[in-house]
Amino acid sequence: MDALIQALYSIPIAGLVFQFGGYLIAVLPNIAPGILQAATPIALAALCGVMCERAGVVNIGIEGIMISAAFVGWYAGVLVVPILGSAVIGPFGMTPALVVALVAALLSGVVISWLHAWLSISVRADQIISGTIINIAAFGLTGYLNNLISRTSPNGAGSFSQFRPPQALLDLPVVGWIVGMFLSQGPIAMSVIVIVIIFQVLLFRSRWGLRSRAVGEHPRAAETVGIDVIRVRYRNVLIGGLFAALGGAYLSMEATNSFQQGMTTGRGFIGLAAMIVGRWSPVGAFGAALLFSSSTALGNSIKFSLPSGDLGQILSALPDQFYDALPYLLTIVILAGVVGRSIPPAADGQPYEREAAT
Amino acid sequence: MTARVPLPNRARRLLGQIWALIALPLISILLALVVGAFVILASQLVLPGGRFDLLLPLSAYAALIEGAVGNFDAIVDTLVSTTPLVLGGLSVGLAFKAGLFNIGAQGQFLLGALGSVAVGVGLAGAPPLIAITLALAAGMLAGALWGFIPGLLKAVSGAHEVVVTIMLNYIAIAVIAAVVGGPLRQHGRPEAITPDVGNAALPVIIGHSGHAGIALALLAVALIAFLLLRTTLGFEIRTVGANPDAARYAGMHPRLLTILTMSLAGALAGLAGGVVVLGVTHLMTPSFGTTVGFDSIAVALLGRTNPIGIVAAALLFGALRAGASLMQIKAGIPAELIDVLQATILLFLVANPVLRRVLKLRGVKPGLDTTDTITRTYAGEVVAR
Amino acid sequence: MTTTEAPVHAPALEMRGITKRYPGVVANDHIDLEVRPGEVHALLGENGAGKTTLMNILYGLARPDEGAILLDGQEVHIAGPSDAIARGINMVHQHFMLVPVFSVAENILLGEETMAGPIFLDRREARRRIVELGRRFGFEIDPDARVGSLSVGWQQRVEILKALYRDARILVLDEPTAVLTPQETEEIFVVLRRLADEGHSIVFISHKLYEVLEIADRITVIRRGKVVGQRRPAETDEDDLAELMVGREVQLTVDRGQSKPAGVVLSVDGLEVKDDRGSVVVRGVDLEVRSGEILGVAGVAGNGQDELVEAIVGLRRPSAGRITLQGKDITRATPRETNESGVAYVPADRHRFGLVLSFPVADNLVLTDYYRRPYARGFIRNDAAIESTAEDRIREYDVRTPSAKVRAGTLSGGNQQKLVVAREFARDLKLLVLDQPTRGLDVGSIEFIHRQAIAKRDAGTATLLVSAELDEILELSDRIAVMYRGRIVAVRDGRTADKNEIGLLMATGGEARSSGAETGPAA
Repeated sequence: MDALIQALYSIPIAGLVFQFGGYLIAVLPNIAPGILQAATPIALAALCGVMCERAGVVNIGIEGIMISAAFVGWYAGVLVVPILGSAVIGPFGMTPALVVALVAALLSGVVISWLHAWLSISVRADQIISGTIINIAAFGLTGYLNNLISRTSPNGAGSFSQFRPPQALLDLPVVGWIVGMFLSQGPIAMSVIVIVIIFQVLLFRSRWGLRSRAVGEHPRAAETVGIDVIRVRYRNVLIGGLFAALGGAYLSMEATNSFQQGMTTGRGFIGLAAMIVGRWSPVGAFGAALLFSSSTALGNSIKFSLPSGDLGQILSALPDQFYDALPYLLTIVILAGVVGRSIPPAADGQPYEREAAT
Repeated sequence: MTARVPLPNRARRLLGQIWALIALPLISILLALVVGAFVILASQLVLPGGRFDLLLPLSAYAALIEGAVGNFDAIVDTLVSTTPLVLGGLSVGLAFKAGLFNIGAQGQFLLGALGSVAVGVGLAGAPPLIAITLALAAGMLAGALWGFIPGLLKAVSGAHEVVVTIMLNYIAIAVIAAVVGGPLRQHGRPEAITPDVGNAALPVIIGHSGHAGIALALLAVALIAFLLLRTTLGFEIRTVGANPDAARYAGMHPRLLTILTMSLAGALAGLAGGVVVLGVTHLMTPSFGTTVGFDSIAVALLGRTNPIGIVAAALLFGALRAGASLMQIKAGIPAELIDVLQATILLFLVANPVLRRVLKLRGVKPGLDTTDTITRTYAGEVVAR
Repeated sequence: MTTTEAPVHAPALEMRGITKRYPGVVANDHIDLEVRPGEVHALLGENGAGKTTLMNILYGLARPDEGAILLDGQEVHIAGPSDAIARGINMVHQHFMLVPVFSVAENILLGEETMAGPIFLDRREARRRIVELGRRFGFEIDPDARVGSLSVGWQQRVEILKALYRDARILVLDEPTAVLTPQETEEIFVVLRRLADEGHSIVFISHKLYEVLEIADRITVIRRGKVVGQRRPAETDEDDLAELMVGREVQLTVDRGQSKPAGVVLSVDGLEVKDDRGSVVVRGVDLEVRSGEILGVAGVAGNGQDELVEAIVGLRRPSAGRITLQGKDITRATPRETNESGVAYVPADRHRFGLVLSFPVADNLVLTDYYRRPYARGFIRNDAAIESTAEDRIREYDVRTPSAKVRAGTLSGGNQQKLVVAREFARDLKLLVLDQPTRGLDVGSIEFIHRQAIAKRDAGTATLLVSAELDEILELSDRIAVMYRGRIVAVRDGRTADKNEIGLLMATGGEARSSGAETGPAA
């Protein structure tokens, strides 16, 4: 067996592919939980995109919503932890302060989404420009406040901790690592899977889903059967804001326990790419987010434990920064390859003007 | 037609026309300053530390103004920080004219700086004229490449430039870290830093710091204005932006024009990077990064994508950036306040229908009238063949 | 239903003194309308006469400045579409209000969902009800078919089912036959009759005189926002109605004179063209257009006409076949090359292709020649030459505009189309391609454009006219080619062609008609 593998590995060029495959099989169980963790904020951003665009509103302010929620979640924790203390009251290392902070983060997402909804639905501004304004404002405001706050280096409320499934489950042959991937997670990462499934079912099977899709495809038709297009769009943009905010909160309350300036590093935009690659469906977007995040996880793995053999030598010649840039490169490549065949909702990005009801 | 109108009337009419153009930007700026003041006041309340100073906004703005135009050197500094914003604003504005949103000015700026510094370091001992010309050309070329990629992808596969250029911005950061920390690294220094560009540095023509890039930026304004308004290529770019299907019908080539415009936009942003690196820093570190690329978006929008408007808007943001450091020192207000002001100005501009209704402005031109089409090709609509 | 005795019941719908003013126009000026139960009531008027405004008021999409609406004698205020639907008023819009990517069932359910529990749709029950409803009115419909793949006639039926699913008592149909063949029209009329016999009230909006005479029990004519007369079909005829509708004696057809066809200008051989989704929609078309004749291509929208035209003018690459212009091969020519070799093109969608609405009138008048002398020297534009040419064209083609500098988007629809015509007609032409040249225009503009086209023909230009309006084809064409599912299925002489035969060919391609739920060519 080993001899066969060695023989395969030594084939020129194709051997590198086999070596890479072997490396993947070897490291996958170790990096699997990391893949879902890295996918969480991207997937939540993508779900926000799906929620908004299925109703016809383009939202490129997701990045801004995420950074704001990350900041608000962290800073709300800073403010309430002296009052509420840090006694653990539930699973996942849940403390009252963390719960309050999470609610504050989600609220901030709704507030910012409301601004986007107002600009793009009521004022009927260009939706991409509206999103850009939100991004500039969010980065400016969080940077400004963080700069002031960090002068005092305050103590935060900490972060949610991961669930520890029984070791027996993790030790199961073949499927053990899959169990670990989905269960060795914090509350937000775990909730993503639930949200994806519920969202998918509701979007295609419920009255709300039918109406949302109609508003994104043909808003005038929706209005003529008595659907309030403006209301549906507002509602979906606000719910989308909750998703994006959850993704932001994940960064400062689950992945880490503090806020860093610009810590979203483009995940909101990668999420939009995941939405397009996933053809505007929740499950598809989640799948695409997993694809993007595996590149991050794999890049990190290669940085720390190089594969052996020729492949390792080739990879070690690449600068570290190559792996930093890998998710962005992959996003561009996949987007360029897929996008022509992925058809957006017909009224995506078009402001809707009610028929002259004067 | 106007020959018989008495002079005072003509002057009044002209003033009226100017007012119609600048009223909204002006009101937006003033309102943004008010909002900024509230942010300063509110942040004192939210933050631990207790001190509340009702006049802090005033002292902050006073420091800001002093830092921007307080003396001759400050004014020159304002001009220096205006220069890349003019070029960046032209970059974003030109793309807007073709219906493209170049959020990637930041990445193109960084790559342009890298290109200029690489050639500048190599030609540090060459005659200045040759060194400067080639270093600037390299910066433009590198920026053009960073604009060509999203242009090409949009034209052939329909990948929207917003997502692609943002990704390229992050990739640009990695590229710079790799190059400055690798091949371009100066030997014998503990930190990653490039050598000085020597003779490739732009000559200073005003005061202590006013380098020749200022003149270059003005030249670029004239060239782009001429391109857009007086040439057939400019007409084609504007037609593609206003109605790509009609452009195809009229025998133009929307895909080629998309690629060309994004490359030109990239070259302008790249030139901005070259001007900063050759005129101001003279070398580069891995953390070389400014807010030029993002400020450029605000400049283009505030300047109504019109070359003269872009110069005015760049002066405003250049002054704000130049004054921000004194504001930070004197009033302890972080420089990010400028971003908040920027976003608020744009917010009021975009919300202009509401503003006009509330303030009962009549005969005032709406802001952003040429840019209401960007979302149209969002998410994978392949550019018309 | 043509009895003359007084109505037994109160009218199902009464609109009294409805007045609606928009800035600069009175769209409805004290309009009275009364519709009885079981009646088909036609509302006849030109484009822009105020029919649609009146119906938008009835449907709650616009609020009247004066007047009252009564249902069964009770005054009501209709707050919006959902209110109207709740009161049993339903509307089939001129442009179908259907979501193409939804199934028939999803389209019908939307807004009036049959639910299983508080959250989820009850799809099975919905399907059952839709099939049953269809049968009651004489057609089998597949509730799972994608609406975008149905023929226009079937989409129309989905719209009507949508209304019936909501228990409509009053059904308003806005220009329902504009896109139908005569046969499809007949079929819809059968359905409408059946509805009326069951006691529904139907408001039938149209500007087609013969249809109104055929289907209506009573006809109300409006002109410039006012009711100018009411008739019963038995008391009137087309000339009388036309005069009422337009306000002057009208020539129902432009005098087209005698054509003198000469040599072949355009010749298309075995042409195959794909649509955007890659399916072949023009499947082996052969046709010839001679100098000095108008060839009309009749066909239901979506049978490959748009792709055929786009291939001829160079906007679309054919996948097979040959196009020649006076012997010169232009199969792979670009739009600019066809333009330079003497082809003019008036596109179906002037907002999409023909004009840049945000540009000044002058720039639009040189949109296809901007790069040529005298409008440009090298790559520098010559604004003076552009402006002086623009002023000439504006005068010559009677374009109503304050100046050549205003944005094209500020002009009325008729003047915008004149702008396109002025640009395309004002040079020496070999071939003129007209795709739906008068869609949505007022009678005056239609007349103007038809006269210009005939003048061009008489000057020796070969003209290819594509229109979904069979009347326009019959009025202008010297020869008529019928296009069906990507093929030319018949060619007839324009003067002797029989309207019903052409209509049948449009609908079936000349094959034996299949029964049941046939789908359109877009499938």
